[in-house]
Amino acid sequence: MVTTDSVVAWLHKLDDIYTENKSYLTELDSAIGDADHGINMARGFSKVTEALEQQPPKDIGAACKTVSMTLIKTVGGASGPLYGTFFLKGSMQTVGKTELDAPGLLELFAAGVDGVVARGKAVLEDKTMVDAWLPAIEAMRAAVDKGITPMLAAGVEAAEQGMKATVALVARKGRASYLGERSKDHQDPGATSTYLMLKAASETLAR
Amino acid sequence: MKKLINKPEDVVRESLEGLQAAHADIIKVHFEPHYVVRADAPVLGKVGVVSGGGSGHEPMHGGFVGKGMLDAACPGDIFTSPTPDQMEAATKAVNGGKGVLHLVKNYTGDVMNFEMAAELCQAEGIDVQAVVIEDDVAVKDSLHTTGRRGVGLTVLTEKIIGAAAERGDNLQEVANIGRACQANGRSMGTALTSCTVPSAGKPTFELGPNEIEVGIGIHGEPGRERMKMKSAAEIVSSMSDAILSDLPFKSGDETIVMINGMGGTPLIELYLLYNEFVKVAQGKGIKIARRLVGNYITSLEMQGFSITLLRADPNMLKLWDAPVHTAGLRWGI
Repeated sequence: MVTTDSVVAWLHKLDDIYTENKSYLTELDSAIGDADHGINMARGFSKVTEALEQQPPKDIGAACKTVSMTLIKTVGGASGPLYGTFFLKGSMQTVGKTELDAPGLLELFAAGVDGVVARGKAVLEDKTMVDAWLPAIEAMRAAVDKGITPMLAAGVEAAEQGMKATVALVARKGRASYLGERSKDHQDPGATSTYLMLKAASETLAR
Repeated sequence: MKKLINKPEDVVRESLEGLQAAHADIIKVHFEPHYVVRADAPVLGKVGVVSGGGSGHEPMHGGFVGKGMLDAACPGDIFTSPTPDQMEAATKAVNGGKGVLHLVKNYTGDVMNFEMAAELCQAEGIDVQAVVIEDDVAVKDSLHTTGRRGVGLTVLTEKIIGAAAERGDNLQEVANIGRACQANGRSMGTALTSCTVPSAGKPTFELGPNEIEVGIGIHGEPGRERMKMKSAAEIVSSMSDAILSDLPFKSGDETIVMINGMGGTPLIELYLLYNEFVKVAQGKGIKIARRLVGNYITSLEMQGFSITLLRADPNMLKLWDAPVHTAGLRWGI
């Protein structure tokens, strides 16, 4: 079972992982975007840590809501509203819940991703975070009966493949789309931060 | 990186503190969330005009807050969209009961954040409309992409719709004039050097000593092509061709032109570029009714410039000439 504590551990892990990968994500973004993705994600999740410490969440829904509001206020760019929407929709699925089984966790992720798609209006192969999210959700859905650990492992693997597949794509959404053909041969920073988010989930929630 | 700053993370806040100290007669700056607002806001019975975007483009947008132009501006971090809580607070601060217009540059983040802010304000009963500026001809326009970037036309539109709101036009009328500006304005920029975001610490892109990026975006996004350095006449000529053929502008059109510096190009070069543009315009029969030459929408310390051309009807010219009193533009008051 995923508990409130393990969700909070995941969120703290995200602070660490985006701080560690701040330069990496910013480098990816400077190739095809505006060179701020790593900086923005690191700033947003360090504020998430502060917010969670100031007001320890009483359940999973409250934790996700705090993350959402913090990201919307502190990240900016496109990733602020997108990840903010992910956690906002996820929080609506988990109001009052202190434990989630595999189907419950899948619902959190699936609702979040539906929100991301609605907010950003991107489809598969636009070279965005959706290219990591959608295959991950599909793989998680296929593995939901196996339990939390295999489900998250399948999600991470699919997200990684989706992230790597963005290298060959021409961007059709976001700032990278201004490059047209020149956006090829670069990995999408948003798909990369999504992969990192799932990887952190598998390391903290799969227990 | 050499910059006249204290700490990279304090640049936006400390610069806003300076703006407030320098222009306390015109504006107030609110912190946490950050927004710049007219000193006399809210002006009752007037449509509020709010814009915003990443910092690093000064004087846009904070320098255009004041009588006859913007009621409020929301500065984001450098080259990063501001957030919905800023826009919501700014919208409420300028709401004089006649609704609020959001003027948004077409970037994925800006559009999404302003959409979220508009939803929050509408939920509280404030009438909000948005006009999105997308004028950069360097970007191919297509239904399947993000669309064109919002660049120099934003400055001209802020002036014109600010004057319309000041005149007493209602929200729909102000929005319509903003959309008319969008329909009739086009821009393009060229960079000679990159720029460095303070928190990144190194240049956003690399450009060889003898190379230029034609079609540059205001955040250092690449443009149409990279080429060898050319003369000012050749560069203005090719950029003008791209702009004029896009709308297209026709012989006899009355226009407002802006020759805008990107932050690192001196005025002596900007006037030289204006002179080249005048020759192009004369050759094509384009009438320059009004002009602006200077640094209005910059990209930190980038060397380079942009050309914006707006086909202006008599109403737009009248609004252009109306009094304005901001840190960045002032006439008639």
